[in-house]
Amino acid sequence: MINRFLRITFILTGLVLLFPVTGSAETPLPVIHEPEGDGVKCVEPEDVMRRDHMNFILHQRDETMHEGIRTSKYSFAECINCHVEPDDNGNIAAADSKDHFCNACHEYAAVTIDCFECHADRPQKFINRGGKSSALQEEMHQMLTVIEGTGGELK
Amino acid sequence: MSDCVNQSRRSFLEKSAVVGAITIAPGILLHQVANAKPDDQPVSDTVRWGMLINTNNCEQGCTDCIDACNTEHGLVGNNRPQSDTQYIRKVTLRDKMTGHELSLPLMCQHCETAPCVDVCPTGASFQRKDGIALVDKHICIGCRYCMMACPYKARSFVHEAVNNQTLSAPRGKGTVESCTMCVHRVDKDQIPACVEACGKGKHDAMMFGDLNDPNSEISKELEKHGGKQIRADLQLNTAVRYQGL
Repeated sequence: MINRFLRITFILTGLVLLFPVTGSAETPLPVIHEPEGDGVKCVEPEDVMRRDHMNFILHQRDETMHEGIRTSKYSFAECINCHVEPDDNGNIAAADSKDHFCNACHEYAAVTIDCFECHADRPQKFINRGGKSSALQEEMHQMLTVIEGTGGELK
Repeated sequence: MSDCVNQSRRSFLEKSAVVGAITIAPGILLHQVANAKPDDQPVSDTVRWGMLINTNNCEQGCTDCIDACNTEHGLVGNNRPQSDTQYIRKVTLRDKMTGHELSLPLMCQHCETAPCVDVCPTGASFQRKDGIALVDKHICIGCRYCMMACPYKARSFVHEAVNNQTLSAPRGKGTVESCTMCVHRVDKDQIPACVEACGKGKHDAMMFGDLNDPNSEISKELEKHGGKQIRADLQLNTAVRYQGL
């Protein structure tokens, strides 16, 4: 009887001890930073955007690329302009950081996106455009000299 | 998309048959300012964007157009001229007989019958209805057939990961790219960055406009003084024309 009582106590104690362990092992929900702004609403309700944002962007992508339709409603650039903001220190989280608006959920959901392989991950005003590429220009001048030396032919 | 290409090809062949020598497509009268197109309307073939470059005004060693292009598209080199992206190259030509030299910017010529579009296996290399040849990098697999097909060596392959792209000019590793005739600016009724820079530098060697509109500045200039195609023998009906060659 005592044995049985001890066994149950051990099991219960074990469960109690285990519970907080499993609790802390859960992946925390993503923290999404709401864009600041005076009453600016997203182009669609939140639940619609969560489900369908990829379709909106994909559709707009082809229309913009092939037909030159450049409305701002589902524009990828407008998403970035509104949703990607600097933190309190003025830093912008890069696209592969969980602090980036897009990646916060995508990392949680383990959905890899390749948008930012090509697209800028921050609004234009935060992009260091760097001006002309001095290295490239220097090489251009060198190439010019070579081309001039060959003469008479398009290189 | 292939429909539009085929249509353009068909109309080109018709025109060639009628006109014989390649000329600039006969225009449809436009009663509005070129491309006063609302944002929600698709581009149409009533316009054909083109450039005219006066090589007499193009100074040797001047890279204003290239600098502006690099800034506009965020083209940053890796100090590897063999593989770094170039949308515009300055080319110097020398007549061996006279020794006369001239300098010209060479970029995508936005051919009406573009070889890059012909050879693309995925449809990534395509032409908008207004004649601008582009690469849809979402579809591009980086095979580089278009680079081999282009007689102007106008396209570059992005060999290395890219950072700090501009918002209006996405570009990334593994895709081919070339001059877009600043399509993002043209759609907003602005002129390409190179043309703007050339004008700002008081060189006035570049002109941009609608080749289909007989009243446009570029069409009038072409009518008055003409403009040659580079490698006209290929009969590509290029949208970029040169004077002083």
